[in-house]
Amino acid sequence: MLIEQDKMENLADAMVAAEVKGRSPWVDARKRFFNNKAAVAGLIVLICVGLFAFLGGYFAKFSNDEIDFMVIGQVAQLGGPSISSGHYFGTDDLGRDMFARVVQGTQISLMVGVVGAAIAVIAGTLYGATAGYVGGRIDNIMMRIVDILMAIPYMFVLILLLVIFGRSISMLFIGIGLLSWLEMSRIVRGQTLTLKNKEFIEAAQATGVSSFKIITRHIVPNLLGVVAVYATLLVPLMILTESFISFLGLGVQEPLTSWGALISEGAGTMQYGTLWQLVFPLFFFVITLFGFYFVGDGLRDALDPKDR
Amino acid sequence: MSHPLLKVENLRVSFHIKSEGDMPWTKPRELHAVGGVDFELKQGETLGIVGESGCGKSTLARALIRMVPGSGKVVWMGGDNLLDVSKSKMMNYRSEIQMVFQDPLASLNPRMTVGQIIAEPLRTHQPNLSNAQVKERVKKMMQQVSLLPNQINRYPHEFSGGQCQRIGIARALIVEPKLIICDEPVSALDVSIQAQVINLLMELQRKMGLSLIFIAHDLSVVKHISNRVMVLYLGKVMEVADRNDLYENPRHPYTQALISAVPIPDPEIERNKEIILIDGDLPSPLAPPSGCVFRTRCPKAQPICATTPPTLDPQSDQETHLVACHFA
Repeated sequence: MLIEQDKMENLADAMVAAEVKGRSPWVDARKRFFNNKAAVAGLIVLICVGLFAFLGGYFAKFSNDEIDFMVIGQVAQLGGPSISSGHYFGTDDLGRDMFARVVQGTQISLMVGVVGAAIAVIAGTLYGATAGYVGGRIDNIMMRIVDILMAIPYMFVLILLLVIFGRSISMLFIGIGLLSWLEMSRIVRGQTLTLKNKEFIEAAQATGVSSFKIITRHIVPNLLGVVAVYATLLVPLMILTESFISFLGLGVQEPLTSWGALISEGAGTMQYGTLWQLVFPLFFFVITLFGFYFVGDGLRDALDPKDR
Repeated sequence: MSHPLLKVENLRVSFHIKSEGDMPWTKPRELHAVGGVDFELKQGETLGIVGESGCGKSTLARALIRMVPGSGKVVWMGGDNLLDVSKSKMMNYRSEIQMVFQDPLASLNPRMTVGQIIAEPLRTHQPNLSNAQVKERVKKMMQQVSLLPNQINRYPHEFSGGQCQRIGIARALIVEPKLIICDEPVSALDVSIQAQVINLLMELQRKMGLSLIFIAHDLSVVKHISNRVMVLYLGKVMEVADRNDLYENPRHPYTQALISAVPIPDPEIERNKEIILIDGDLPSPLAPPSGCVFRTRCPKAQPICATTPPTLDPQSDQETHLVACHFA
């Protein structure tokens, strides 16, 4: 006999008995994402930057507000990057260790980016999904509010907020968070409108599933792809906004610092031959932005519903 | 005498249409999608609803379960009128009436496993069942619609169209309803799969004593599954009759035309049969013709048709055969 009957029957039994684990759309997407080299490179860069932000402090020989009196006054000659002096990235104009300051700046900038994006994701998704699902007059009112808020020049509002209530990190968070969810809510609403008329939503309504459960169980999980893509693209936007504000001198306050503030200081002194003060923060700034954009791109390709 | 499962009287659905650029005080135009439909459905019976696209078949089905607002009476087992019971009371009826949809894949949430999808009505209507009980019932249900129960953790995109439709049927049946409304359940499937799904539906109907409302535009499919057939045109009933009666002896000119258009799988007969052609398109439901809605395309139209709408009357020689035509 060509095929052994017993073995085949055993195989058939085993196939029927064991519960097959399905491949969810998420698993598929993850596979596509990891096949995308640029996206994986971006992810690795981001992980490295993250590690640098969290662990970099342990390697610094100086703290971020400690002034090295040996180099003060002769920063251009003595304050350059060197392993032996312990200033791996050199010092800034006041003789503070650039390495420690870049670590600190990375922490603050990443935090602003992630928290800003998180506020956008949570507020924007809930607001947009509600407006889109409920529809009708409520949708109209909710989206007109968003239109009005978007019509206000946000940088102006942000600067006013910081000037009136004082420059502090929490004010910066509030300001950026207040503005970031607007765009998100529009995108989510649009997606919800297309989802709302799908038959599986109708099926849920016909069985009598409550509106809240339909939003959380059927609509939000199907939105997550778009939201994830948009959120990764939002983080660099938040970082840029914060950097711009800090570059103007309105962002975080000394001794705290951020990429924008560091770049601003470095740019101010670059003509005196202390280029390292600009190059190191700029380097981290640029690779992080690239990393986020590549990851966002990869996510978009991986989660694109047209591929499914 | 026992009450019919469902008795529908004068069911109307109208939508308000506001066109772009209307002033806020302009009165919105009314679109009568369903204009006064009456029918009865007995326990275990299948009612087929046929008609061309846009004649209100799906709207009628959705109005029965209050997915679109309708007026009139939908009496459930001689008791409540489904159109004006309270929301919480309607919840009880929702488990008695389930629906199967047209597009098999679109009616399943792509982010949920088959098990979760089938269990959803059960979890909604019997929230105190334990997870193990739910899983067991889902597996049993999957077996009944001939799906392998070990595929409970798979996702909809891993199934074929016919399998997806069976998942949809399993979801409808899990709460043991009395009535299933099938909204063109087979028009998105190819012919061999259609037969599979229809035979499954009929078998389950026999086993569980279900009633079906079966909407389709394929007349041979309807003929196969239905006990009674209702022909709709522009939201109005043209003819209702028992299946054989309707197919062998159609009285309404519209039904006659529809039935003459069904292809017969015998080239000899097919070549020689007379096909009644109907000119023109379905008139806009925003401005339906006066009198009989079919008169604009009817080969028998007379002046009386424009003035008096015909009533749906039983035929003199046959009580169960109802026709809305002046000349039937």
